[in-house]
Parts: sequence; structure tokens; C-alpha cells
Amino acid sequence: MTTSLVAAAPPTPPTTFAGATEALAIFVLLVVFAMLREALLRSQVRLYALQSLAVSTLAGVLAASQHAADLYALAGISFLLKVVVVPAVVLHLLGEAEVDLAGSHRFGVATMVLAGVVVSAFGFLAVGAVHLNPAGSGGLPVPALSAGAATVLVSFVLVMFRADVVSQAVGFFSMENGVSVASLVFAARMPLILEVSFLFDVLVAALAFGVIMRAHHRRAASLSTETLDQLRG
Amino acid sequence: MSAVLIAVMVVPLAGALAAWLSPSGPGALSTIASGTATFGLCLALVPTVAGHQGTGAVAALGGWLRVDALSMVFLIATAFLYALTAVFAVGYVAADRSAGALYRRRLYAGINLFAWAMVVAPLMDNLGLLWVAIEVTTVVSALLVAIEGTDGAIEASWKYILIASLGLGLSLLATAVIYHAGSYSLGHGYDLSYSQLLNAGPHYPTGTVRLAYLLAVLGFGTKVGLFPVHTWLPDAHSEAPTPVSALLSGSLLATSLYAILRYYQVAGRVGAGAFARDVLGGFGVATLLLGAVYLASQRDLKRLLAYSSIEHMGIVAIGVSFASPLALTGALLHVLAHAAAKGTSFFGAGSIVRKLHTKDLERIRGGVGLLPWSGPMLVGGMLGLSALPPFGTFRSELSIVAGGLSGGARANTAEEAVAAALVVLTTLGFLGLSWHLTQGLLSPGRPGPGERGEPSKLMVVAMALGLVGLVVLGVHPPAQLSGLLHGAAAELGGAR
Repeated sequence: MTTSLVAAAPPTPPTTFAGATEALAIFVLLVVFAMLREALLRSQVRLYALQSLAVSTLAGVLAASQHAADLYALAGISFLLKVVVVPAVVLHLLGEAEVDLAGSHRFGVATMVLAGVVVSAFGFLAVGAVHLNPAGSGGLPVPALSAGAATVLVSFVLVMFRADVVSQAVGFFSMENGVSVASLVFAARMPLILEVSFLFDVLVAALAFGVIMRAHHRRAASLSTETLDQLRG
Repeated sequence: MSAVLIAVMVVPLAGALAAWLSPSGPGALSTIASGTATFGLCLALVPTVAGHQGTGAVAALGGWLRVDALSMVFLIATAFLYALTAVFAVGYVAADRSAGALYRRRLYAGINLFAWAMVVAPLMDNLGLLWVAIEVTTVVSALLVAIEGTDGAIEASWKYILIASLGLGLSLLATAVIYHAGSYSLGHGYDLSYSQLLNAGPHYPTGTVRLAYLLAVLGFGTKVGLFPVHTWLPDAHSEAPTPVSALLSGSLLATSLYAILRYYQVAGRVGAGAFARDVLGGFGVATLLLGAVYLASQRDLKRLLAYSSIEHMGIVAIGVSFASPLALTGALLHVLAHAAAKGTSFFGAGSIVRKLHTKDLERIRGGVGLLPWSGPMLVGGMLGLSALPPFGTFRSELSIVAGGLSGGARANTAEEAVAAALVVLTTLGFLGLSWHLTQGLLSPGRPGPGERGEPSKLMVVAMALGLVGLVVLGVHPPAQLSGLLHGAAAELGGAR
């Protein structure tokens, strides 16, 4: 599907930076698959921290390739927030809960991974089908972009197929990492307000998720969403 | 006028702070004061923005704040409902003797903060800040939905925050993609001002703008309640405290739609207008169909109103997709009329809840008879939601259908078919609402012993003001408001 994109620009070997970008984006995608198959909630949170580390590194790589001081700052703050603070907060909440250390599945692991593969393939095909590199313009690293889109879609699978609030929150955070990857690839030199928006997204979501998760645990004495089924129709 | 614009941004925030820091009495007063003051300040902006056939604009803080005709329409809808809700909320809380001081402080502060975020969103001349404002509305309103701490409230709040956050993630990606598209003309490091984006539009890569628009419709559409990403909406609207339900339905959905319309404008400038209209029209028809079908099967008064909101957002989306000046004017009038009608109806539902302690339509059979003022006004509000004359919703839906049939951007068979579908589905929705009105609220059955009377005079005042606004919009909208609507329609018409 990327034939037309390749034809628009002369085929040159990827630079070290481009190669590193694509490798990190693919790694981010692989980690969300690991989250899909991971049963223990604590391990899932740690995988999120690992995925966030890859995203922060990606921001650092792009900062180095473009000599952009603000991207270095973004990488640093992203590391602090997504690798340290958010996982620590979620693990603290888990420590308070003292129940449900293994998450609940609506489907088997094989089904979830299969669904992940299908939506991931769709992500790659969809990004390839959109002509994102106009003739004569500098090329976007389409594989990295596709990996970001696929990460978003597989994270949706995680949210839909897991039946506990922690996995669903981790699914959201993972989706945000996928959006970060795609956005860094699309618009590495984005204005400061947009960079701040990404961190703001994680921060306020962690706050709101945390409050509601605690309220749910207080009432249901469980982190499972199986009890959240009263409202229908 | 710049000072007024800044004041519009500051007053609700000051109201939130005052409500949080003061005991419940002064907190109630500051809520009413900030709601009415914000609405008054917004009205003061209308003559300037509506002047010169709706082409005026007011800017402040070096262009970070800017209000034009399009944003003014959404600002007025939010400010009007904010003022009414502030009055209603004080009566609603006073009528609940079990409400503690902390609950009151949280509710008043939350309502002001929620309204602040919704007021600020259309003031932002920057797609990044617009996204931030809408993100703030999500967080604050999700916590407000959960404020009563019941099982239903927690479930609704969880679904809401999860689904809306996923949607907003997509819309954040849309912001990055539109930034990338704009960088082809504006270079790197521009500030995502949509005034700039619109002025430099024709040179953007069309495919990239289409992708951004699609992501924006899917992402912000989650908060608009567009099918199939509407699933949080009936739960959140029905489980939230009634003043919050009114703001969610009458203002939040419209504010999120406003964000989509800004992308719609950019898409129109790069020659992707037909694509933008088709996407919005498709989602609009599916959303309207869902709302109309589900209306008839509801057993909960607030869920009924929530599905009505879904239906009305579908109508607005279809109106915008027609893209004729008449249909666009109708769609924007519908935003205002829906805010008034839904506010009135939710306030009426709140009166029923306070009086009978239930939302179950079966158990409130004949309940209207116990409320001498708010009962008939609830019926009026629901007739307004059914788009009957003399209400503003009748005028707006008539304009949309007439605009669709009289030759919009394409004037082809598909557009006429969509207009026909609009008529059929709104009739279906009307039948659903009428069924519940005649078989439930107006039927002679009596829900049990209870004295005839109102829970609170302030609740009645808020409903009466909402109903008056709805009638004024239907009978004779003020000339400056009409000018504003035409100006906003002209701004959106650039998508042709």
C-alpha cells in the first residue's frame, strides 16, 4: 500500500535517526501486545512504564536529530510523568486495593491477541492508503506512523476486552502513547501548547481515573468492571 | 470590548473559587451571580460581533482570545444555560435537606468550573487550547457525574471518562495532524491559530486535512454523542445531578460540536468540503436514527431526555451537512433552541425527582399534576423538544429541512433523501416523546400521596426563563441574534 508513497520520493536508505524512530515505534506496538497477554495487573502497569520509556526515548531521538531544546524538555517531563509518576500512582492504588491482582478477561488471551493482530494490520493498511506525503514534500516515516496508529487500535482492544478498571485505564494510557508516537512523527516541531497538551492529557486522566477507580473500589470492593452493568438501554 | 472578553473568561472561574472557598450560602449566591454576569457579558459582546452583517470579531490577549459570529452562537448557548442552571441548582440543592455542606460546595464549585471550561472553549483562537478546554470539561463533568457516589453514578462516570478520554486522544491526534498540514503553508512553529489556518488554507495537502477532519469527527464526536461513540451519554445524563445533566446536554454536546465545526471550516478551505459534509451527514443520519428509535423504549425520564439530546445532535449535524445558508442558519439556531428546550426539560425532570424521588416513567405517571408550575412547563419543554410551534426548535428544524430541499451545496437526490429521512426520523422521535407524555406524565394515574406544590421557587424561575427563551427563538428572534446567525452561517458556508 505504500508503493505510491515510495514512488513520490527517491528511494534513499533510512538515516540512523529514522531507523531508530521506526524501531522505537515498533517496540511501542509490541509492548501493547505484551499488555494484552499479561494477566497480572502490576505487570501490566510495569509494561506501560516500559512503553512510556520508549516514547520518551523517541522524543529524545527526535530532539537530537532536529537539535530542538523543547523536545529534550518534552522527553524529560514525559519520562518523569509517564515512566515514574503515573505508574507509581496506579501501583499505589493497587497496593491499597489488595484484591484482584489478576485482571479479568472478557475473552481468552488468544482471541485478544488475534483481534490485536487484525486491528494492527488495519492500522498499517489504513495509514498506507492515505496519501500523507504530497508530491515534492519531505517524506514522513510512514512505518513509524503506522506503528503509532496500530498501537492506538490495539489499545482500544485492550480497553474493550479486559474487564477491570486498571487494565482499561492502562489501555487508555497506552493509547495516549500511540497518539504521542504518531504525533511526534507527524509534527515533531509542534508548538509548545500541543506538547503540553499531551502531558496534560495524561495528568488529568490519571487524576480522574484515580478518583473514580477509588470510588468504585470503595463501593464494590473489587476492581472488576463486571459489576458495572446496571445501566442499559 | 477586549476587557469584556477577558471578563467572560474570568467571571465563572472566580465564581468557582468563591463557591469552593465560602460556606454554602455565599457559595450559592456567587454561583447565581457568576452565571448571570457571564450571560450579561456575553450579551454585551453581541452588537459588536453581529455588526457589519455578522462579520465582526473581538479579540483580546494578543489574539489568544477571539470571538467571531460562529463562536458567539455557541458562547451564548452556554452562557444562557449556565445562568439558568446556576439559579436552578441553588433551588435544587436547597430542596434536598440531606445535602451536606461539602456536597454543596463541591457541586457549586464544580458547576462553575464546568461552565468556565465550556465558556472558554469557543473563546480560544487556537486548536490546541480548544482541545485543552474540552479536556477540562471532560474531567470536571466526569467528577460531577460521580458526585452522588451511587453505584449508578460511579458506573456512568467510569464509562464516561473512559470513552470520552479515548475519543479526546483521537482528537489530540487530529490536532497534531492538522498542525502538520498547516506547516506546509505556515512553516514550523506556528501557533495553531485557526484564523491563520483558515487564511492560508488552499495550500494544505488535502489527504492530510481529510485525515485530521475524520479523526476530529470521531474524537470530538464521542463527546457530541454521535453514533456509534455515544454509549456513555445516556448513562451520564441520567445519573448526574440534574443541574449537571442540563449543562451536559444543552451545552457540552454543542461545545464539542463547535470543535468539529472548526475542522469543518479548514476542510472547506482546502477543497475537501464535500468530504466534510458527507462525513458529517452520514454520522448525523445514523445518530438521528439511533436517538429516534431508542426514545420510544425508555423507562427513565432522564434517559429519555438523553436520547433526545442524541437525536438533536444528529439534526444539527445533518443541517450543517446541507451547507445551504438557510440550513446552516437553522442548524445554528437549533443549537440555541436545543439548549433552552433541554434546560427546561431537565429542570422539569429535576422537579419531578425532588417531588417524587424517582425517575421511573411508570412510577411518575400523572406526576405533572403535583407540580402546578413546573409540571406544565415540563410538558412545554418536551413539546419544544418535539419541534412543535411556537418553539424555537420548530423554526430551526423547518429551516434545516427547507434548506436541504431548496438546493444546498449539491442540490442532488442524495441531499433530498437525507432531508426526507430527517423528516421521517424527527417524526418518529416526536411520536416517542408524545407517547411518553400522554401515557406517562399526562395520564390521570397518581403516583401516590403527596401535596401539590413546588420543591423550590428558584427551580420554577429557571424553568420559566428557559421556556420564555425557547418561545422567543421560535416567534421572533431578536434582530441582532438573527444577524449573528447569518454571519455564523456565512463563516461555515466557506466549506462549500
